[in-house]
Amino acid sequence: MLVFYPQLEFVVPHYSARIYVTLRPSVLDPAGTAVQSGLAHMGYDNVDQVRIGKYIELTLQADTEAAATQQLDRMCDQLLANPVIENYRFELQTLATA
Amino acid sequence: MKFGVIVFPGANCDRDVAYVTRDLLQQPTRMVWHEDSDLDDIDVVVVPGGFSYGDYLRCGAIARFSPAMQATVAHANQGKPVLGICNGFQILTEVGLLPGALMRNRDMRFICDRVPLRVEHTDRPWTQGYDPHQIITLPIAHGEGCYYADDATLADLEAHDQIVFRYCGLDGSVDQSQNPNGSLHNIAGICNRQGNVLGLMPHPERAADALVGGTDGLPMFQGLLKTLAVA
Repeated sequence: MLVFYPQLEFVVPHYSARIYVTLRPSVLDPAGTAVQSGLAHMGYDNVDQVRIGKYIELTLQADTEAAATQQLDRMCDQLLANPVIENYRFELQTLATA
Repeated sequence: MKFGVIVFPGANCDRDVAYVTRDLLQQPTRMVWHEDSDLDDIDVVVVPGGFSYGDYLRCGAIARFSPAMQATVAHANQGKPVLGICNGFQILTEVGLLPGALMRNRDMRFICDRVPLRVEHTDRPWTQGYDPHQIITLPIAHGEGCYYADDATLADLEAHDQIVFRYCGLDGSVDQSQNPNGSLHNIAGICNRQGNVLGLMPHPERAADALVGGTDGLPMFQGLLKTLAVA
């Protein structure tokens, strides 16, 4: 005899993260300086402090928002940013589960 | 003395290093694939130049997590010699064996040139083959060779004689006009506090055979062999 069990579903929340990696203020940014001079050539000589960073998007599954935050902190500290020269911050958003 | 040369996808100076250690210096040399984590038979690890893993994200950022690099950290922590050249230097800073970071060159350009360097300290295993403050000429080829560290780290490097090579003029003068990439304190190469780990942007392995222009890089390897033979 076949017994059908109701399928158990553990829905692990899905998050999307937007990660911003920026150069620390003490670090010179020659690329930013070059872009600033390009803007000046366009006539925007009112622009200063051009700093170029990185923007990373990813989605991840984690049990709680706190767990996702903790994992992202570790990812940023160890790989996505280099703490010697860069700062980072991220925004976390809960995705609707399918 | 057995050399191990780490081979990453995208490494392009690994064979040049092996040519120096195996063919010129007659030392046993093993090419170590990046997924290999066993370095027990190796005396000296060389992390070569190139573009490991395409240098995606940051130069050396991804290579640091390879099994071979984790084994290299253990090797270094046992006090055994590790040499990082160019991309290898970048990887050694990313993995934390050397302080600081290497950033985009001051003038934003990839530089391929031959530059004079001043050997600052000759009591290190790697520099015994040079005379104090000797001026040598080595090739450089990098887009991200601008050494950066915060003021406290720089003071620490100076205080403990860890700055081994500086960019200089042909007369040995060290100033900004002799600085190809904007490196702080004209730093071309540094070692760790104990001196067993050396990282430098110039390529000693490309200046080891007179046939291809210059032999100023060869004493770096010869000096190390002499040091290890005594130890």
